[in-house]
Amino acid sequence: MNGLFPVVAVILALLMLPALYRVVKGPTLFDRIIAAGMMGTNGVLVMVVLGFYYERIDMILDLAIAYALLNFIGTVAIGKYLEKHRGEVK
Amino acid sequence: MTVQIIIAAIFIVGGLFFLFVSSLGIIRMPDFYTRCHAIGKSETLGSMLLLFGLAVFNGLDTNSLKLLSILVFIALANSTATHIIARAAHRAGLRPWSLRKPQKVQDVRPGFVIAKKETVSAKFTQDNKI
Repeated sequence: MNGLFPVVAVILALLMLPALYRVVKGPTLFDRIIAAGMMGTNGVLVMVVLGFYYERIDMILDLAIAYALLNFIGTVAIGKYLEKHRGEVK
Repeated sequence: MTVQIIIAAIFIVGGLFFLFVSSLGIIRMPDFYTRCHAIGKSETLGSMLLLFGLAVFNGLDTNSLKLLSILVFIALANSTATHIIARAAHRAGLRPWSLRKPQKVQDVRPGFVIAKKETVSAKFTQDNKI
């Protein structure tokens, strides 16, 4: 089982590439924001899987909780800002 | 290979499958709202399955409790963030993608309509000139 963790981490890191494509080439601003949030969620998963691989899971889990919270708060802040400045979005 | 490790591997592989479906949807879907569909559901389900598989692999411990707390937080926060961004896009005037033929000039391709503030101010200045 311990040999499966680097494979899972590499697959998760490769699954971040389509989201990166959408961040770079998104037609609208909202596509970029939501793809960045998806990259953040995948980053949390990569972090937890690598913590299991290096057997330092008790240290990594607190960092993962903090990173998930920051990801959510950033997305909510950008959404509220765009909702308030409605006519200026292009 | 105990039963616990086999169950954990099944959950982790299922989570990877749903994350792959979400990644496929974000490059193949035609519109912002359909991409919201790909992110809000598949990504959340894949993350929940993968974290639950890791918690099963870890056994009953404080660390598995923290993993389950991350699972509950992602299940609440990911869909909420997607909903907030989709509502902001709808209120900013982003038009959904449709297969119907365009009926007005501004329906030609999916995107933003012209902001109302500019048209109102243009009309106001035109009236003032006259």
